Amino acid sequence: MIVDLQATQPKLQPPLLELQHLSISPKKMPARLLVDDVSFSIEVGKTTCVVGESGSGKSLTALAVMGLLSKQLLLNGGKVMFNDAEKGVIDLTQLNDENLRKLRGDKIAMIFQEPMTSLNPVLTVGYQIGESLTTHLGLKGERLKNKISNLLEMVGIPAGRAHSYPDELSGGQRQRVMIAMSIACEPSLLIADEPTTALDVTVQAQILELLNDLKTRMNMGMLFITHDFGVVADIADNVVVMFRGKIVESGSREQVLGNPQHPYTKALLACVPDAEGEKLLKPIDYAWLADEKLEAIADEAIHE
Amino acid sequence: MSEDILIARNLVKTYTQRSGRFGFGSTEVKALNDVSINLRTGTTLAVVGESGSGKSTLARCLLQLQPLDSGEVLFQGQDLANLQPAVLRGMRKNLQMVFQDPFASLNPRMRVGEIVGEGLLIHGLGSAAEQEKKVIAMLKRVGLTESDMQKYPHEFSGGQRQRIGIARALVLHPQVVVCDEPVSALDVSIQAQILLLLKELQQEMALSYIFISHDLRVVRHIADDIVVMYHGQVVEQGKVADIYAAPEHAYTQNLLAAIPGKTMLGKKVVNG
Repeated sequence: MIVDLQATQPKLQPPLLELQHLSISPKKMPARLLVDDVSFSIEVGKTTCVVGESGSGKSLTALAVMGLLSKQLLLNGGKVMFNDAEKGVIDLTQLNDENLRKLRGDKIAMIFQEPMTSLNPVLTVGYQIGESLTTHLGLKGERLKNKISNLLEMVGIPAGRAHSYPDELSGGQRQRVMIAMSIACEPSLLIADEPTTALDVTVQAQILELLNDLKTRMNMGMLFITHDFGVVADIADNVVVMFRGKIVESGSREQVLGNPQHPYTKALLACVPDAEGEKLLKPIDYAWLADEKLEAIADEAIHE
Repeated sequence: MSEDILIARNLVKTYTQRSGRFGFGSTEVKALNDVSINLRTGTTLAVVGESGSGKSTLARCLLQLQPLDSGEVLFQGQDLANLQPAVLRGMRKNLQMVFQDPFASLNPRMRVGEIVGEGLLIHGLGSAAEQEKKVIAMLKRVGLTESDMQKYPHEFSGGQRQRIGIARALVLHPQVVVCDEPVSALDVSIQAQILLLLKELQQEMALSYIFISHDLRVVRHIADDIVVMYHGQVVEQGKVADIYAAPEHAYTQNLLAAIPGKTMLGKKVVNG
């Protein structure tokens, strides 16, 4: 039941990022696929959310795009086509370390889950934001200082906090600093791996709003990894649902959340409590999703 | 009959925090500032608030795991805060706790049978054979098997470990169970299983829950009453349905407005 809309509609512009048949496995067990034939794309200025339970392969997929897979893992085939504004479409899996490094933090940036552990505790946040500006854009002196101030103000932190150390900031502020770092070079693609999971719900709402706002202002594409359907509903343009390494359903937010087709997506959504308290929760029957049936289920992946 | 099984009056707890770059200064933080709550028998009282609002301190102070500065905690008419240690120890089997992190709250060197049975051993409830019977029955009730008794915690997934934590708390047939974020470390699918299990057990064993959470969807689902905490104070309390429908305090309004995906994830989606 695969409906390929892209084949029927003339394409105006290649997507910003296109994963083609990506597979990942442990080096020692190449037959065991942790990410199995994953294909989806992100349009310029749009957000694609990848959702799934722990172990579904969503984070591995994000790491593979950045070329940050652990050495124990093997990219077992597939392409990651990135549409660079200057160089055209390039396959990120074919780039050498040096060229990949030039892209990271410049055209492609990443935000991680833990704002506590991903900042260096012995450097001021201003210095850490400035690092990529110096490396990629060669900014120095007064111009660097001004740019850092601008970035901090953009994410809602007073410019004076540039001299603060990470431990002097709250969790939400640290995540804002992370965002300032990642958008410093105006990336065209931002990869966010559960950026709000560690935050309070009110702070989470602010950070999501900030990301949405920056996305529009900078026309930035986002690959957003999460397990929270509430967050998906707030931020996604398109949704990809993963289960045990495979994509089981993908489509627009309205499609996947409002009218899910795949049994696994339906089952997962039936586990999410609603804010009105009227819904009866129905846990996933994993026996029903047992391996033999799973094969059939995953082969029936639904793409709209 | 909806008597209050647990009543806390005017709880105050102050921490002294080191401040300044090298910790030479000190500031007082009021983690609990005149907090009063009551838990109705057989119901669930949710405590919500952001990190640092004092929810976990409240949980620990209710169970006397931490001394209070002042205030009283009445359980069946007795003030727990002023009991003799030996008497309090005897009372503890009535007041149990389920912890947030299923990875940190189980001793990795003990077998599951020992973990779940330790409370029975300490309180001297029944002979060894009876204790084993109770442990087996409880493990089965929470969805584990008899053979799991011989295993160690690392052999289980997060959801299964949380089941072990629940079995450990409930094997003593407590009357009040304090659940400190029992599902926030779990995937949404596992979370639904554990929530349903907690609800079923509440009915079967006539339990009263204090349910600490920051997830307002989960709270709406499981709780009857709610207490909203902010900076160590209770800013609003009442029936969940009432407060969700018409929050009065500005902080509660903010909190409810911040629930992600309110519009897209209504009940309509469920039937799809």
